[in-house]
Amino acid sequence: MKSLQAQKSELASTEKQLAIIENGLSGNKDYALIPFQQQLEQLNLFPLVPTQLEIFQVNVGKMCNQVCKHCHVDAGPDRKEIMTRTTMQACLDVLAANPSFKTVDLTGGAPEMNPDFRWFVEQIHALGKHIIVRCNLTIILANKKYHDLPEFFKKHQVEVVSSLPFYTADRTDRQRGDGVFEDSIKALQMLNEVGYGIEGSGLQLNLVYNPAGAFLPPAQNGLELEYKEQLKKHFNISFNNLYAITNMPISRYLDYLLTSGNYEKYMEKLIGAFNPVAASNVMCRNTLSIGWDGYLFDCDFNQMLNLKVDSNHQHISQFNLHELQTRSIVVNQHCYGCTAGSGSSCGGSVA
Amino acid sequence: MANHYYDAADLAKFGKISEYQKELADKFFSWYGAAFADSALSAKEKSLIALAVAHAVQCPYCIDAYSSDAYEKGWNEAQMMEAVHVAAAIKGGAALVHGVQMMNKVKEIAM
Repeated sequence: MKSLQAQKSELASTEKQLAIIENGLSGNKDYALIPFQQQLEQLNLFPLVPTQLEIFQVNVGKMCNQVCKHCHVDAGPDRKEIMTRTTMQACLDVLAANPSFKTVDLTGGAPEMNPDFRWFVEQIHALGKHIIVRCNLTIILANKKYHDLPEFFKKHQVEVVSSLPFYTADRTDRQRGDGVFEDSIKALQMLNEVGYGIEGSGLQLNLVYNPAGAFLPPAQNGLELEYKEQLKKHFNISFNNLYAITNMPISRYLDYLLTSGNYEKYMEKLIGAFNPVAASNVMCRNTLSIGWDGYLFDCDFNQMLNLKVDSNHQHISQFNLHELQTRSIVVNQHCYGCTAGSGSSCGGSVA
Repeated sequence: MANHYYDAADLAKFGKISEYQKELADKFFSWYGAAFADSALSAKEKSLIALAVAHAVQCPYCIDAYSSDAYEKGWNEAQMMEAVHVAAAIKGGAALVHGVQMMNKVKEIAM
């Protein structure tokens, strides 16, 4: 499987994706979705504004060893866009000067594939920030040079957040590719071996569930108990928390929804499950997202749709805290993905 | 009224039954919610029971709803099909066990 970009799919274009998200499929005039903005207006939440900027989420590149069917980044081995050390340094300068950012959340692609990844982690750690790495697990086994990642993470007290769409192979491999479940299990065991997810170690290992299909996640708490029981029983694996994350109708997941004929029903499902509590707790209110090329976004999803922050200064090299704190967050129909049911964020449910 | 009895879009309109009788509808939906909540049985287990019953009562709305719900809650294809077989076995058995009644009657009247 290749990225949409490598396939030269029309969905590789963010304009095309936005046209579908905003107007639905062409040729179905009866189909009208309630605008997300209207829902916020009814709750007096529009324009959506930040609370406090606490999480600095850096997407260090689209390069990945996997090609997951639901990937909102359209990441894969054929993607070469990765963050340079110069841009990382600009991020570090901003982090050093802005103590309100307590957490740095590193994502990708597979962030570990960026050749400056370890240097970047060391520098962030030296600034005393809490670091999250969104590790896809299989990268640890992908090449000998990654086998020591668990030790490296431990050394820098990194919180590891890893996708495991289910505790069985069938659903995991359908979403993430053949053999991914088996490798993920081995990687989790390696993380456990150095103390990750083990009570009292202080090393946080959190898993991410996302639906392998056109449906919403079930309740996070019950699912976490089930994951813990099953992973312990079958693989002797321990972890801390499970984050249930809803799939956003963008990029490769949008492609899946369209080709499987599920797009309209999925959008109806998201809108039908709109939760005002989740809407007031959306993650974009305390997060700033930085793209591989240094541009600033309200979240990783807006980043993938190339919807930059609504501000005069849109690049990390021009960082302006006051402007960012007083900006309006850019919303569109995909935002329903974060407000459905119990809500969804990079840290799971929000309501 | 449409010239067919079932319309998939009607499932989403279920809540509208309260327009004609609110008090009873409210009681039904409240009880329905409680019956499906995590309790002595988990919501996940209840979903699989609902799927089986949906097939036994052959309700297309219920089959639509609980095929999605059971899969969302983590049951896999084989487990869901086994639940349908249990429903079918009970239905088949329910018909067939009356064969004993038939036998009794035949024995009663036959020379």
